Amino acid sequence: MMKILVCISNVPDTTTKITFTDNNTQFNTNGVQFILNPWDEIALARAIELTDGGKGTVTVINVGETSTDATIRKALAIGATDAVRINAKPHDAWYVAYQIAEYVKANPFDLILTGKESIDYNGSKIAGMLGELLDLPSVSIIKKLDVDGTTGTVEREIEGGKEVLTIPLPFVAGTAEGVAEPKIPNMRGIMSARTKPLNVVEAVDVKTFSEVISYETPAPRGQVTLVDAGDPAQLLELLHTQARVI
Amino acid sequence: MSVLIYAENAAGKFKKSTFEAVSYAKAIADQAGTNLIAISIGNVAADDLAALGKYGAEKVLNVSNDKLKNFVNQAYASVIAEAAKAKGADIVVLSNSFSGRGLAPRIGVKLHAGVADGAVALPVLDGGKFTVKKTAFSGKAFATVELTSANKVIALTPNSYKVVESSAAGQVEDFTVETKESDFKAMIKDIVRSTDKVSLPDAEIVVSAGRGLKGPENWGMVEELAGLLGAATACSKPVSDAGWRPHSEHVGQTGIAVSPNLYIAIGISGAIQHLAGVSSSKVIVVINKDAEAPFFKVADYGIVGDAFEVLPKLIDAVKAYKASA
Repeated sequence: MMKILVCISNVPDTTTKITFTDNNTQFNTNGVQFILNPWDEIALARAIELTDGGKGTVTVINVGETSTDATIRKALAIGATDAVRINAKPHDAWYVAYQIAEYVKANPFDLILTGKESIDYNGSKIAGMLGELLDLPSVSIIKKLDVDGTTGTVEREIEGGKEVLTIPLPFVAGTAEGVAEPKIPNMRGIMSARTKPLNVVEAVDVKTFSEVISYETPAPRGQVTLVDAGDPAQLLELLHTQARVI
Repeated sequence: MSVLIYAENAAGKFKKSTFEAVSYAKAIADQAGTNLIAISIGNVAADDLAALGKYGAEKVLNVSNDKLKNFVNQAYASVIAEAAKAKGADIVVLSNSFSGRGLAPRIGVKLHAGVADGAVALPVLDGGKFTVKKTAFSGKAFATVELTSANKVIALTPNSYKVVESSAAGQVEDFTVETKESDFKAMIKDIVRSTDKVSLPDAEIVVSAGRGLKGPENWGMVEELAGLLGAATACSKPVSDAGWRPHSEHVGQTGIAVSPNLYIAIGISGAIQHLAGVSSSKVIVVINKDAEAPFFKVADYGIVGDAFEVLPKLIDAVKAYKASA
């Protein structure tokens, strides 16, 4: 029986227009729909495939407050066996990784998956930090994952190519596109999610190392300069003399 | 106290993103009034190692050990953290490359350091506060993060800091570290690296196409244009979802974010998720037959026209431009 842990985060929907409040120090959650982080959906889908047919269990874990319960239930509806929520504000990556590592030390798993990053803070740090805290191998961005017995085979993305690695279980990996297609919950999944265990665990005290001070949005671009479709040479001229990029 | 830069190589050669990171680390060392030490792991030629001096490295630690010839995340992280301790470096800089993103968090934990990954500007030291600007919300915004720990790890986004030449000694010295067996559990079975294509995260020019191209059979034009411009090819999410192009080319919020000097978008309407991945591009060119496509609102230059008519003309124009240059 393989025990897989999938670390999930609760993030603003991909269509969200990002704005800030309180003098650009807080993300404006007003009217924002929160979802299961898209890359975590890939991790969850692969975990379910790997344990399908009674071959194992999938536990999802989230560090968050009660507001993330809906996203955790969604993961249960998709097919996770049970869930753990560590009851705390996810202060920074180190804080989150530390909480999950403490849980795993007391409750070991054969494989730990995360999304390659969260679409809000874009850290790709959890997989590596967990690996270090648990003294396990970690691969931050994988495109493919297979498990055969006690050995995993992963494809790691590299600039202009890929690397194929074999790693003995347990290890930690961050999933990107290609690992699995996200799964959509069916009605039975949604019904059963309500009664699947969601264990709430209190956080342990740990110092944090970073803090977001402020946010800003990218500077708006000027008016677009249109070039006649029949004369692309003019575009090259502008890119060369005006924009100086070719 | 000093600054340590991990100078990453690909198949034994340093890349532009490495020189950017060395230049960036040099500027940090200057801010702090200290020296820059580079560390290289693997087999890199002595001349190439010494050449890091040209970008500001006073010393270059060379770790060449058969076991470390290829990238092993856990072991490389141990070596870099040991070097930081041995040389008293309190700031470790890396490129936010695929490998760098694996190393930064592990080094951060080893050194009890706050990690700023995806940095896009030099840190600011103000009244004892050390802050770094980094990408957030998949390129839809930036966050300024304070690192409150004594040690700090910063991973620099490729193409966000210019290569700057300076004159430092670049004195190469061998550096040896005891490696532990448990750091080598992951075994490399195969490395596939295409040498004839420009890598997308590092590319200075990106030619990207969307559903407007109608099918994978029409990508010849995109590849030809990219080849002429020395550009990487990319695509929108519907294109990679349909299997017309590999996922590794998908630019956008759930693909990869790029920050080239020039991003040319052909037949892509500009959904908010795609725009997130390209907002750090310096110049954006949009070619789309729909004048109302949202992409034109964030473009610097645009051509309203059918890709099948504009692209062949643009390719001819680039050929003529190259012939005259």
